[in-house]
Amino acid sequence: MQGRIHSLESFGTVDGPGVRFVVFVQGCPMRCAYCHNPDTWAMTGGTMMEPAEILEQYERNISFYKDGGITVTGGEPLMQPDFLIDLFTLAKQKNIHTCIDTSGIAFNRDNAAFMEKMERLMPVTNLVMLDIKHIDPEKHLELTGQPNEHILDFCKYLEEKNVDMWIRHVVVPGITDDDKYLEKLGYFIGQFHNLKALDVLPYHTMGEKKYESLGIPYKLHGVPPMDKNKVIEKKQVILNGIRKRREENA
Amino acid sequence: MKPIETDFVRGKWDREVNVRDFIQRNYHPYDGDESFLAGPTQNTKDLWAMVLDLQKKEREAGGVLDMDTKVISTITSHGPGYLDKSKETIVGFQTDKPFKRSLQPYGGIRMAEKACSDNGYEVDPEISEFFATHRKTHNAGCFDAYNQEMRACRSSHIITGLPDAYGRGRIIGDYRRVALYGIDRLIEDKQAQKDSTGRVMTDDVIRLREELSEQMTALKLMKEMAASYGCDISNPATNVQEAIQAVYFGYLCAVKEQNGAAMSLGRTSTFLDIYAERDLANGTFTEEQIQEFVDHFIMKLRCVKFARTPEYNQIFAGDPVWVTESLGGVGVDGRHMVTKMSFRYLNTLTNLGPSPEPNLTVLWSTRLPANWKKYCAKMSIQTSSIQYENDDLMRVTHGDDYGIACCVSSMVIGKEMQFFGARANVAKCLLYALNGGVDEVTKKQVGPKYRPVSGDVLDYDDVMEKFTDMLEWQADVYVNTLNIIHYMHDKYCYERAEMALHDRDVKRYFATGVAGLSIVADSLSAIKYAKVEPIRDEDGVIVDFKTTGDFPKYGNDDDRVDLIAQEIVHKFMTAVRRHHTYRNGIPTTSILTITSNVTYGKATGNTPDGRKKGQPFAPGANPMHGRDTHGAVASLSSVSKLPFNDAQDGISNTFTIIPSALGKEDKVFSGDIELDLNK
Repeated sequence: MQGRIHSLESFGTVDGPGVRFVVFVQGCPMRCAYCHNPDTWAMTGGTMMEPAEILEQYERNISFYKDGGITVTGGEPLMQPDFLIDLFTLAKQKNIHTCIDTSGIAFNRDNAAFMEKMERLMPVTNLVMLDIKHIDPEKHLELTGQPNEHILDFCKYLEEKNVDMWIRHVVVPGITDDDKYLEKLGYFIGQFHNLKALDVLPYHTMGEKKYESLGIPYKLHGVPPMDKNKVIEKKQVILNGIRKRREENA
Repeated sequence: MKPIETDFVRGKWDREVNVRDFIQRNYHPYDGDESFLAGPTQNTKDLWAMVLDLQKKEREAGGVLDMDTKVISTITSHGPGYLDKSKETIVGFQTDKPFKRSLQPYGGIRMAEKACSDNGYEVDPEISEFFATHRKTHNAGCFDAYNQEMRACRSSHIITGLPDAYGRGRIIGDYRRVALYGIDRLIEDKQAQKDSTGRVMTDDVIRLREELSEQMTALKLMKEMAASYGCDISNPATNVQEAIQAVYFGYLCAVKEQNGAAMSLGRTSTFLDIYAERDLANGTFTEEQIQEFVDHFIMKLRCVKFARTPEYNQIFAGDPVWVTESLGGVGVDGRHMVTKMSFRYLNTLTNLGPSPEPNLTVLWSTRLPANWKKYCAKMSIQTSSIQYENDDLMRVTHGDDYGIACCVSSMVIGKEMQFFGARANVAKCLLYALNGGVDEVTKKQVGPKYRPVSGDVLDYDDVMEKFTDMLEWQADVYVNTLNIIHYMHDKYCYERAEMALHDRDVKRYFATGVAGLSIVADSLSAIKYAKVEPIRDEDGVIVDFKTTGDFPKYGNDDDRVDLIAQEIVHKFMTAVRRHHTYRNGIPTTSILTITSNVTYGKATGNTPDGRKKGQPFAPGANPMHGRDTHGAVASLSSVSKLPFNDAQDGISNTFTIIPSALGKEDKVFSGDIELDLNK
């Protein structure tokens, strides 16, 4: 099954462990206000590529990826589950570490066809980096145009399937930096035993230029970039939430 | 040579000049981390503050603080100079005071005069008169021998940056010999070399005998110069302070007599560590003292200055000295060569702060110890002052006692040297091929009047054939020009101090270089895979191109164009190899213009890849700016396909990346971001 690919990055260092080959897929149903890849939103366009073709590029430079692997991000990778299954099945045959960077938006236990695909995808997936945009359902809807109920359920599913999980959270000044919600986020993810890392990212404004060139209005115009040192404090707030949950469960 | 009295492990080195043997028998690889390192002493801080103050004053004065206009610089021309004699543990400046630039007219009197006048000084008229009337310089010699074609190529910049008006540099004396053997033994050895030359007085033998005499004179002067600082370097150094001082004196003599395009130091750290280990074991010095010696040594290297013109500074982007020091690497016996001294050298970046000089170069191998790799990464992040080179690649041909001259030129220390040859602008050569030797900027017939391309669309096979012919011509005129340059440099501006610290029979590399490789590769790719229509001016000269459609670009791990780049390098090198080279130098090529790419761009017209007239070239073997769209690995992979066999003088890739793109916080490539709940 071919994938609809936006671009390939041969030197990814922030998208999973080690140096990684990163596949950006084309197409995403979310419209997150601070998305820095709005050029990957459209469900059309991009280049159709075979999984073997992608892995061939990976293997050409395999010596760079000794401690890394392949990460599929986007766009929203889970909008193309058939492609992921084929790509990761082939990758696992070659002993390549596989990772999906996702918002979890496509996940829905009521969608039988999708769940059947997930059942096949999870055994060939080493790591899921799940970006939880906001822990509060209403705020999440406001920020992304989508509810978060299925996304939170996805954490549970990953735990059931024993797939490692990293939680990512972007801290935007005035929007996702409220300590109350951050602690709540920590408290929520603290229950999962497959949680391996927490990656708290400061909001930056580097994406705004892309919006201009695409002619899409930038909703967060005027919001300043997040102070890096403050992010370290915010991370502690989330970690406190995790601790609290783990103490309760201990 | 009679055996040296020593408590080091003996070997071949104590009866013949053989520094490598001494190192291999006596050094101790260090696998530990940086925790043993000492900070700066108060004296170091005081001295460094003085240097910073001088640097500030120099900047305020417009770039030059003081220049000598009367005294021609030789090893002993100037009395001792100090920052603060009572605080310096390693002494010596090029002139009698710090930051005073010396007068070195042997490369060319006009360049020396201009370097002064551009900075508001005037060379003593008597000296100008002397060089105009009585003593020819290297520069004058070159122009006496150049033919019309060479002059035309020079002024149109199809061959460019030629060392015909300044010192060629790129020769590294084995400064360690001064410490290990002392000057007396080295003179004795040179005398034996002179006595052993052939008895039939051919040109070569006569020249060699004269050169060996020059070298012995230089050695005697070294001793005299050291004595003026109260140091006796007649005999082997007895401790690490003396050893560092002796190495530095050797180097200092070189920079007193040669204002070379690159004046590199060699590979001194592991050698010096042997002395340091002994002194630590005997309690002669503490770690803090040893670090102080190293800090003062590095401080001195940071103060090396030359008188140069604004044009020179433009070619080389500043006035670099290229005091390159090679660190680490792996020995041929499999032991790595990282020692505590390798750490101490990098520690100067912490103790004195970051600096481009000396150019600390780590000879990188996958087999280096993990602690050293981590420390290098940490220091790179903190200071951006470390250069890396591939030891696994170079060890195959150069063994484990080579050093880097300038940025990438490798040579075995004391046994090999290089004739530096600047570079040929192959992008311009491609335009000459299209225009039948007519320069696209000046419209003059510079190259041979070959048939220009005809028709409205460029045909790949036709262009490639014409380009190959033009490249042959370019290599021909280039190599012959260099033959003249090196003949004259040896004759009028001989590097006696550096060559005194070499073996008698050195292997000479005849270095050439190419600039504009990525432009030619992309241009040929455009011609092959897209449609390129030449645009001719009223004289019928192609001055621009209309390119329709997309084409593979070098820097994306795409063989369609990467193999073209490979082919160009091979063709060029094949053409160079076909020629006679001065003193039977072994021809090599480099792809390394990391500083002059801007200047070359200015002199080159529009190219078929879409680059506009005047736009800078990519540095070295880099892909053109912004054309590598598949990330760093793909970009590096394209570069790594260039054949090292055809570019043995080095392939450089300038790699810039924002720190955060290398990983989270300081944990470069560290893998998992730990969930640390204990904090």
